[in-house]
Amino acid sequence: MKFGIIVFPGSNCDEDIYQALQHIGGQVVKLWHKDTDLQNVDCVVVPGGFSYGDYLRSGAIARFSPIMQSVQAHAERGGYVYGICNGFQILTEAGLLPGALLRNNNQKFICKNTYLKVATTDTLLTHGLDRKRTYKIPIAHAEGRFYAPKELLAEIEANNQVLFRYVDAHGKQGADANPNGSLNDIAGVCNAKRNVFGMMPHPERAADARLGNTDGAEILKMLLQKIEA
Amino acid sequence: MKFRAEIDVMPLQELLDPQGKAVHLGLSNLGIKNVKDVRIGKHISIEIEADTQEEAQAQVDTACKKLLANPVMEYYECMLIPMLEAQTTTHA
Repeated sequence: MKFGIIVFPGSNCDEDIYQALQHIGGQVVKLWHKDTDLQNVDCVVVPGGFSYGDYLRSGAIARFSPIMQSVQAHAERGGYVYGICNGFQILTEAGLLPGALLRNNNQKFICKNTYLKVATTDTLLTHGLDRKRTYKIPIAHAEGRFYAPKELLAEIEANNQVLFRYVDAHGKQGADANPNGSLNDIAGVCNAKRNVFGMMPHPERAADARLGNTDGAEILKMLLQKIEA
Repeated sequence: MKFRAEIDVMPLQELLDPQGKAVHLGLSNLGIKNVKDVRIGKHISIEIEADTQEEAQAQVDTACKKLLANPVMEYYECMLIPMLEAQTTTHA
């Protein structure tokens, strides 16, 4: 699996995800947002950060960067695309993922560990994860409140497009476990074709034993294994 | 012809606006207790050149729909004003 990490002006997690994917044995290249050549990568990664200073709306300007045309085509061909945090925001703005990420309901930038439960194992990103346990993954965002209009939300749920939900350390869903007010405690979703993934928590920040948490590496490792269709 | 588009982008009515809520509290602390609701959006001013008003309007609509507002979370209102040459450098 060859990964390509897009670097926008203002991306700041590109190096983290680069290191994390390399660490677990992936082949990784960086892609500049002004280029249009995806260098034959299998999976495009849209990293976290503050692309274009989060001006106008998070991700709104980045989606019109030249490389996003190629990403759109790559996704339409069935290629994998994975957005983390600001990357998730960019993919919703680009229409590659459903919904939108709104200002956290407490109006704060939240930087802390959260616990995630796997909501579906029917995607490449989650196929080998354990639905019985929780994964401790940090978040760091001000606009992470997942929102979709009622009908769209129902469609996302009916199609099993929710990847992860926020839970507490014991795996229980509830008001206190949801850090930002996301509808249905949603922390990550995929598209209907199940080849585009987005999540607000940062697995790349929990992927090195020296930092005391490798739950994120467990998730990233899934991308290395191709599943049989 | 030059035109100026004055665009307001607002969070959808059905959405919680935490910014507006915080300012509502601030207004109350200021002593203004009779405020019923506060919603915060943004105002965008665009100067655009086009042959006709219809053409300018169409381009501004595209700008609003594709970039300036996200219809999943926001709505917009737009006013297009033809500009006289003297108005191009200073806003009224």
